[in-house]
Amino acid sequence: MDLLRPPDVSYRVWKVWMRNRDVFLKTVKVNFVLPFLEPILYLLAMGFGLGIYVGEVDGMPYAAFIAPALVGISMMNASFFECTYASFVRMYYQKTFDAIISTPLSLDEVILGEIVWGSTKSLINTSIMLPILLALQLIKLPDSLLLIPFSLLAGLVFSSMAMCFTAIAPTIDSFNYPIFLFITPMFLFSGTFFPLSALPDPMQLASQIFFPLTHVVLISRGLAAGGLGAQSLISLAWLISVGAVLTILSINLMRRRLLA
Amino acid sequence: MPPIISAIDLTKIYDGVLVVDGVNFEINEGECFGFLGPNGAGKTTTMKMIQCVIPKTSGRLLVKGMEVGERPREIKRILGVVPQDNNLDPDFTVLENLTTYARYYDIPKAEAERRALELLRFVQLYEKRNSAVNKLSGGMRRRLILARALINDPEILILDEPTAGLDPQARHTIWEKIRALKREGVTVVLTTHYMEEASQLCDRLVIMDLGRIIAEGNPRELIERHVGPEVVEVDSRPEVLDCVLREGELYEEFGGRIHIFARNPKGLASELMGVCDFENITIRRATLEDVFLKLTGKALRD
Ligand SMILES: Nc1ncnc2c1ncn2[C@@H]1O[C@H](COP(=O)(O)OP(=O)(O)O)[C@@H](O)[C@H]1O
Ligand SMILES: [Mg+2]
Repeated sequence: MDLLRPPDVSYRVWKVWMRNRDVFLKTVKVNFVLPFLEPILYLLAMGFGLGIYVGEVDGMPYAAFIAPALVGISMMNASFFECTYASFVRMYYQKTFDAIISTPLSLDEVILGEIVWGSTKSLINTSIMLPILLALQLIKLPDSLLLIPFSLLAGLVFSSMAMCFTAIAPTIDSFNYPIFLFITPMFLFSGTFFPLSALPDPMQLASQIFFPLTHVVLISRGLAAGGLGAQSLISLAWLISVGAVLTILSINLMRRRLLA
Repeated sequence: MPPIISAIDLTKIYDGVLVVDGVNFEINEGECFGFLGPNGAGKTTTMKMIQCVIPKTSGRLLVKGMEVGERPREIKRILGVVPQDNNLDPDFTVLENLTTYARYYDIPKAEAERRALELLRFVQLYEKRNSAVNKLSGGMRRRLILARALINDPEILILDEPTAGLDPQARHTIWEKIRALKREGVTVVLTTHYMEEASQLCDRLVIMDLGRIIAEGNPRELIERHVGPEVVEVDSRPEVLDCVLREGELYEEFGGRIHIFARNPKGLASELMGVCDFENITIRRATLEDVFLKLTGKALRD
């Protein structure tokens, strides 16, 4: 199958990244407030509200339990929405991809640039959240700083997954399907608001096999608490390999869509 | 000198549909070469294959001796493209559209800015440099896309329907820019379904229909060869048709009128005056539209 053909990419990927960065910086105020606000609301409502009734989970206050999960969810949302809705608008409505591939850039570079930009959105959101969580003493220094580089890897997985959907989405409304069928279940059943061990065994297994967020939350929680367990290595390997495969797959799906 | 672009049996099949059907053409350096044809003829598809943005199905297509499938980056570096559909970046201002585009060609920032401002002067959009793209009129957008196509100082300029949908004045402004570029030695490849645009700008052209090239030459020569200098036009009525048939003249019926490609237009006209109203007969200069009408039996515009 040509779906796993190695992509034709060069330094020019950064030019696509820079285009998106420039647009982002033009509207930076809106871009900063939103990702900042949502996790805070969750933290207040669930961590401090619900947390009173829950008490401790896995030996830590409920707010500290969900804080790294909220960071992981933010990584997911930032990347997934960037490479679905925003990329679709650029591809389909604005014809930005068409304009760029008329220059020496290849489509492969455009798509990889979009994915790297989607990962960068994950990094930006994470960097905005960290100081707040540190100020609330919900995460520990210095290990939690590693969440910042880690957010790029997590972002790559969600961006490339999003880009696969974008490559096959007939219309922009089609994204409702992956959101309801995939993002929402992942949001709830990835060890985010209660430990994975509370799930029945088959669901635990399914969550570990299919949900990137499960692995992202596991590693984030380890980094926030100041210690990665051995299981983190498996999660890291899972994320790296799935991220690599999905990136290549999404580029080839896009070629199929746009270079018929 | 070898042609700067040459196509040999160039073919494109989209989902089993033959869209470009084994076309052959050669475009010389420095000329303005046109593809004239109605919507759906395959002009845009041909342009996109030259631009290396869609793959050809078969045949050969060389740009400056380079095969499109093999060296797309080098080819794209020397091309400037005005696509049929506007794809300016609505997230950027007029000036930013050009500088962002320049970056894709590795043009350093200061140089990009200098060139962008110079090009905005050339297309008369300097005053608008900080405007949002959405605020521009249709003609201004086309001119901005033209400026964008020039940012890499291209050797070949591809203009896909550069003036479609513009009012006559906006169209003339763009024609003037195209002529200026041609004088500077840029090779211009142009598609259009306006016969006037083709005859005004093109040194040579091909007429396309249903994916095939059905005629080729310079505009005047094409008219001479296929139609002759003049055409008689008259309201379509049975007695007129009889007369035309009796004379053995070639004709096409279109829009309630008979267009007669007469050997002796003046003689035929006076003959016809016996059978129909004087006012409804016209003798007019033949155009590329007539060439198309005569070769295909249909009008160029839908
Ligand atoms: N991406 C595509 N997929 C399938 N058919 C296409 C595609 N693009 C164009 N076509 C078809 O190819 C034919 C030629 O189109 P085009 O090259 O755009 O013609 P023109 O530019 O002369 O109007 C049309 O019938 C059109 O419907
Ligand atoms: Mg077209």
